[in-house]
Amino acid sequence: MASGVKPRVKVPKTAAAGEAITIKTLISHKMESGQRKDKEGNVIPRSIINRFTCEFNGESVVDVTLEPAISTNPYFEFDATVPEAGEFKFTWYDDDGSVYDTSKKVAIG
Amino acid sequence: MKFKAMTAIAALALSVPMLAYAEADDDKLVTNEEIEMVTKAPAPAHLEGALDEVMSGWHFRADETQEMQRDDFDNPGMIFVETALDEWNKVDGSEGKACASCHEDLESDMKGVRAGYPKWNDNAEEVRTLAMQVNACREGQMGAEKWKYAGKEMAAMEALISVQSRGMPVDVAIDGPAEATWEHGKELYYTRTGQLDLSCASCHEENYGNRIRSDHLSQGQINGFPVYRLKNAKLTTAHGRFKGCVRDTRAETYKPGSEEFIALELYVASRGNGLSVEAPSVRN
Repeated sequence: MASGVKPRVKVPKTAAAGEAITIKTLISHKMESGQRKDKEGNVIPRSIINRFTCEFNGESVVDVTLEPAISTNPYFEFDATVPEAGEFKFTWYDDDGSVYDTSKKVAIG
Repeated sequence: MKFKAMTAIAALALSVPMLAYAEADDDKLVTNEEIEMVTKAPAPAHLEGALDEVMSGWHFRADETQEMQRDDFDNPGMIFVETALDEWNKVDGSEGKACASCHEDLESDMKGVRAGYPKWNDNAEEVRTLAMQVNACREGQMGAEKWKYAGKEMAAMEALISVQSRGMPVDVAIDGPAEATWEHGKELYYTRTGQLDLSCASCHEENYGNRIRSDHLSQGQINGFPVYRLKNAKLTTAHGRFKGCVRDTRAETYKPGSEEFIALELYVASRGNGLSVEAPSVRN
């Protein structure tokens, strides 16, 4: 597991039914591209977050493939419609097999 | 004739936005819709004849960069603050203590601390920067190893402590026992160094608002330090920045944590007396 990985998300606590809300997510991750070399000339192995997903009550909202050119601490901002009260689940997949997730509840109000 | 008039108008139209971009703007900084930052203030008395108004470096940055400081979620510097919070609660060293063992309530115990540093320490009989104080705690109280002066752990810890003082005016004491150090710092500020023969004042007092290559010179205020720099995606401390500046004059630099940089930090901090603590700020 890469060190210092910490997911952060920002979701409004409440929304009107059918309202599109803005969601911001950020995960601290070094996103080592696999293109760089260390002082001895050896390639530093690739270590990136390769996939990010967001689900709402089990239904897919976004599913993103990340490539090595994406810089450190990847940040995503997107809009999602909230049809009913429920929970957003965010998942990040690391090259090394680690999976980081977090979730946020949204109420209708 | 008519053509020339048109050209003149076109040239004027082009130059106006350029000018507006190069100078400090009049935007207001409110962080988290809650903390109102003082980013322009009347210059402290000791700057009479040099500057009338002191301005945060925030004013010299592009709108997109400025925006990142309005919300903690958008401020990448806060990632490091969160790491430092783990460190704050982590036991380290032979005494079995963490920072939190003595300073139980981070928010109230550290409130205002950043605003007054560097400051004179009576017991040690020296001017101490925040980093020196952190290391004094680590060695003396915790029995832990010192952190590298401008390393990433220290930068993050300084940011965490600074966050508790955000919005409070910088107010470092320059009289009494700190005066000699302050005078030394002032001398360094106006001393030209390197092959380019530049002093701090050459850029940050005489030419702020002007371009240096593709960038804008600020007044070199350190109220926002440690700062998250977009160019290297990490926190930079005041001493790290001093080193970069002196290096850019093509001189051999002093070391972070050296007597010279401690004195310079006190002096530069005092030039920003009255500005809000902004750290961790976001710059390019």
